[in-house]
Parts: sequence; C-alpha cells; structure tokens
Amino acid sequence: MESILVIIDAEEDKPLSGQALETLGAAAALSAIVKKEISVGLVGSGDLSKVATALAGAAAKAFTFSDAALKDPGYARDAFAAAKLVKASGAAWVLAPASSRWSRALPGAAERCGGKVDTHITSFEEKGGKAAAGRWYYRQRIFGKILREQGPWFMTIETGSFPKAAVGVGAAPAVTPVAEALPASRSKVLGLRSLSGGKQTIKPDAELLLVAGAGWTKTQKDGVKHAKEAEGLILAFLEKYGASLGSSKAATDLAAEGGEALTFMTQLHQVGQTGASPRHAKGLATCCFGEEPHVVGWRFINERRAIDLNANCGWAQGKADVLYVADVFEVFKELAK
Amino acid sequence: MSIDHTYHLVICGSVVPDPLQSLEPVVTQGKPGLKNELMLPMVLDPFVNHSLNEAAKLREATKDTQVHLVAVGPKAKLQQLMMVLAQKTAFNLVAVDAPAGGFIDSHTVAAALAEAIKAIPGLDLQKTLVFGGWSSASRASGTTLQLVGEKLGITEQFFGVDRLTPAADGGFTVLERVEAGQHLETQVAGAPAVIGWATGELPELPNNPKIGMMNMAKIMPAIGKAKAVDLASAGFSVVDTALPAEKRQTRVVKDMPAAAVAAEIKEWIASGKAG
Ligand SMILES: Cc1cc2nc3c(=O)[nH]c(=O)nc-3n(C[C@H](O)[C@H](O)[C@H](O)COP(=O)(O)OP(=O)(O)OC[C@H]3O[C@@H](n4cnc5c(N)ncnc54)[C@H](O)[C@@H]3O)c2cc1C
Repeated sequence: MESILVIIDAEEDKPLSGQALETLGAAAALSAIVKKEISVGLVGSGDLSKVATALAGAAAKAFTFSDAALKDPGYARDAFAAAKLVKASGAAWVLAPASSRWSRALPGAAERCGGKVDTHITSFEEKGGKAAAGRWYYRQRIFGKILREQGPWFMTIETGSFPKAAVGVGAAPAVTPVAEALPASRSKVLGLRSLSGGKQTIKPDAELLLVAGAGWTKTQKDGVKHAKEAEGLILAFLEKYGASLGSSKAATDLAAEGGEALTFMTQLHQVGQTGASPRHAKGLATCCFGEEPHVVGWRFINERRAIDLNANCGWAQGKADVLYVADVFEVFKELAK
Repeated sequence: MSIDHTYHLVICGSVVPDPLQSLEPVVTQGKPGLKNELMLPMVLDPFVNHSLNEAAKLREATKDTQVHLVAVGPKAKLQQLMMVLAQKTAFNLVAVDAPAGGFIDSHTVAAALAEAIKAIPGLDLQKTLVFGGWSSASRASGTTLQLVGEKLGITEQFFGVDRLTPAADGGFTVLERVEAGQHLETQVAGAPAVIGWATGELPELPNNPKIGMMNMAKIMPAIGKAKAVDLASAGFSVVDTALPAEKRQTRVVKDMPAAAVAAEIKEWIASGKAG
C-alpha cells in the first residue's frame, strides 16, 4: 500500500534526535494532505525494535535495518539500507531529516528506487488536491514550491520547520526487520575530527548565535589592533551566554591567512552565501557590516540585533531589528560583567 | 609530495548568478526563472570553484592525472566564464548547451552530466574521481552529484569535503563536514568515488596567461561542439516563486553608553527563555 515512510538513523537505547521527531511531524503534515499512513524506517545498529516501540502513535508500521556497520554514517551503506527499507515498505513518499547523514545518502537511495528527490523542504501545502513541498532557492533568496507527479518522492526535511511529533501514546507500530547483508565496502570510517583545535564553539542547539566579523581585528580608535583581547571577549561571551559562534567571510579568510585574526575561526563558522544558514532563535552580529552575501545566511535567525560603529551599515537597512551604533569592545566588557 | 598514481578527474560544475546581484523571480511562458536572467553576470558556482583548486593540487601531487570540466549551461555564458577560468589550471572542457538555474530538476541535469562523462574519450571510470560542489548556489539541493555517481555505478561518495589526502597506493582519506563544526574522517581504498567539495583548504588559483592560451585553444572548439540538451523534466514543476516579504523596521540606537547597551542586550538574551 502507498504510504509515507520516514527514514531515521537510530541506535538501541538512544533517544531519537529532535530532528527525527520533527521529520515525523512533517510526515503528519504531509499525511493530512495525501491521506496516507505513516511508517518509519530505522537504520542503525543494535536491537531497533525497542526504538520502534517508542514511536507508538507516530507511525503504524516500522521497518528496521540493523547492522553494526551502520553505527557510523557512510554514503554507500546508508543509501543501500535506505533503499531496501523503501522497497520493503512500498512507500510513495519518503522523508528523512536534512542532517549531514541523510542529505548525503537519501538522493542515492532515491536513484536506486527509481524515485525522485528534493531536499531542504520547509513546508507542505495542498495545491489542486496534491501536496506541494516548499523550499528556498538561490541560497535563501527566493522561495518556491515543488510539485511532482512521479514517485516515489524522496525529501529531506529542514530543521526547525515542523513541530515535533508526539510519541509514546497509543499502539506501538508493527515491526518488520529487513534482513540483508550490506555490500562489501571500499571505505572505512576512522572517526570524528575537530579542525578548530578542540574548542567546541559551534552549537546548533544554542538559542543565541554570536557572529563576529572582521572589524574585531581591524585597527581600532587608539590606532592599534586588539586581536588577542577580541578573542578573550568573544570566548567569554560564548561561555557566559551559551551562544554558538558564527563569522563573516572576511573574518574567516583572515584566520586562514594567519596574521592578526581570531585564531579559532574556521570555514565552518562562516555564515552566508558560501557558508552556513544556521537556525537560532536570536542572533547578535558584531563588527560585521551586514553585506547581502553575509545576511542571506541569516534567513533562519528570528530576532536579530547588531553592534557596529557604522550607523549606515547593512544592518540599518531593514536587516536587523535593532542596530546599536557603539564600540563593540566597550559593550562586550560590560557584557562580561 | 609526489605520488606514482594516476587518477582521472572529472569536475561537474556550471554558472550561477554573481552572489552580489539582487535576484527577482519571474515566470516566462509558464516557466519560473530570474528577471533579466541572461543579462545577469555569472560566475563559476563557488563550491565548484573550490573543487577546481583541489583538482589542480591533486594533479600536481600525482602522475599523469588529467582534469576534465563537464559543464551543463548556456553556451554564451560558459564561453564568458572560460575567459577567466582558462587561466587558472589546465583542463579539458566538455560543454553541454542547456539552461542553468535553480528551478531546473537535478534529475535531468544529472542525466545530461552522466551522458557527457561516459562520452569522454579515454576516460577509465575505474580510475575516476568525480568532483563538484556539494551544493550549488542556485538550486542548493546537494543531489546532482549523487545521481551522477549512481548513474555511473560509483557508490563510494563523500560530501561537504574539506580535505582529501592521497596515499601512495591510490587510496585516500577524506574529511566530510558533519554537525556541530566537526568532520568525519573516512579511509577509502581508491577510485572510483564521488567527492562533493565544501570550501576545501586552498587559496584561489592565481591567473596564468600561458595556461590560459593553452587551454583556450582546446576550449573554444569544445564550446563550438557543445550539444544542445533539453532539461525539461516530466511531471516536475516549481511554482509560486517569490521573494521573502520580510523587511524589518530597524531601530537604530545611537549615543547610548556602553553599559546601557549591554544592559539592553542582556535583557534581550534573557527574554522569552523558559525558567
Ligand atoms: C562570491 C561571494 C560570496 C560571499 N560569501 C559570503 C559569505 O558566505 N559570508 C560572508 O560573510 N560574506 C560573504 N561574502 C563577502 C561579503 O560580501 C563581505 O565582504 C563580508 O561579509 C564582509 O565581512 P565583514 O562585514 O566582517 O567585514 P567588513 O566589511 O570589513 O566590516 C567590518 C565591520 O566592523 C565594524 N567595526 C570595526 N571596528 C568596530 C568596533 N570597535 N566596534 C563595532 N564595529 C566595528 C566596521 O564598522 C565594519 O562595519 C561573499 C562575497 C562574494 C563576492
């Protein structure tokens, strides 16, 4: 029977991620339009039937693919397992979180199932009796809705777009394990690495994003640069307010070139056109002019404030709710108190 | 470092509007597009640009490695792009004449790319690394390379790659971006593989007019030979394209003492927090 399959990575005895529950929420929104049942497809290691049981109320059926090699992400293995689950379920719609893992592997699974794939879906709505999937184009500059007549239709769901599904109420889904051997692999996961030297400054779950621009390391009003002091003030702020750190391209490039720069900045911190579009409830931009290629990365930051010496900077042009025309060093010394 | 190993490098990439341009959606003859699309200045898709830098480095580190750039885009725009790109590093161009834009289905683009790659004379797929950007600045879907890889039967694929370190036996390790500012390191036995690059770690390649002249002698005929392909996708449409309505009423606060600014910011950070 045609159904909606939600693919989630799971591990025995580990709670599901918020992103997984949001994807189940997206499935509920899609189900309200296409009037089809929701199933889950669990990919991971250990006994996944327990995880399936915990999904009572959110799915009618569960298909599981468990293998020790699926503990870590890897395109070849994940695409294989996901495709097997889709075939077992006979789904016409396949949703997965837009996590790094499924953003990689879901398109491959779609091709193997003869399906179609779209990514970063943020909404569903009914159009002429069909489901239209909304997403951003041109790096968050233009919004559009996709209609597809051919399926199965695979989609990754952007974080923060749908409410989390309620789970653990009602009947547990019936579990069908898919017992297949993974194909021989030519790759081996070695582990996680941190290029920023250990200090974890990117925190996707933080309420607040602090963006530090190139101004922090420019010559200040006393005629000298204060990069070391800037680093201290920024790290103290992150610590005190539990904020995640982002940067402008100019600040990232300075760090890559060496010299007077914020040494903990990496390309992963960069927000904007060629960087990330993080999701946080609030964002504070500091020493960052607010040029368009930077601000497109702020699409998913709800409340925005900025501190800059320049009253005519980009933030003043309707890009922030509040612009404080002030010296960031003075303000941050106060914020540290 | 030099390695006695040969890869066949194929870069997939095309043009996108210069990020500094303002974009406005329009519908022409029932199809979504951008206002004055053909007049907009175009650049090489930024993440593809990074993959070109990385390809140049890998070629230098290895033996007899050749680089092919497969571009599906409007012929005139590709020609303009080549004036700049040809000076960066030596490559063979395979051009396919077709529209390029965010509202085109990645499935038809991938099919055109896979066909063009299969037709490259002398290309050994078993030695091939397919490079490209992990997502474009237009559709930004991050799906095209996976589809190309699958169509070519290449199942080892890596995305959001910032580093590829080759080993003497042709194997390599890759660092892929994952959540929370971290990378996942994977060891791969060797080609074939698909590598979707993020920013990588290399500076912009300098212009080299000598390489430019050499490249252009081959590039112009390649553009001349570009086959026209229709990228229409059955049953697929993008509708209701629109700019976000949102524009904020910015409150500009001047001449407020630093302590008062800090107090306001503290209050704002604390507001709306549970507990
Ligand atoms: C193809 C392309 C892609 C791009 N992609 C991105 C991207 O992804 N992300 C991105 O960020 N940019 C991107 N850019 C670059 C972008 O256009 C800007 O150049 C960049 O964002 C500028 O960074 P900045 O604002 O930190 O630096 P600057 O423009 O140098 O601004 C520094 C600011 O600091 C302020 N300042 C200095 N001292 C103080 C102080 N003591 N107190 C308060 N304020 C102070 C100054 O008033 C100024 O406004 C891209 C550009 C191109 C062409």
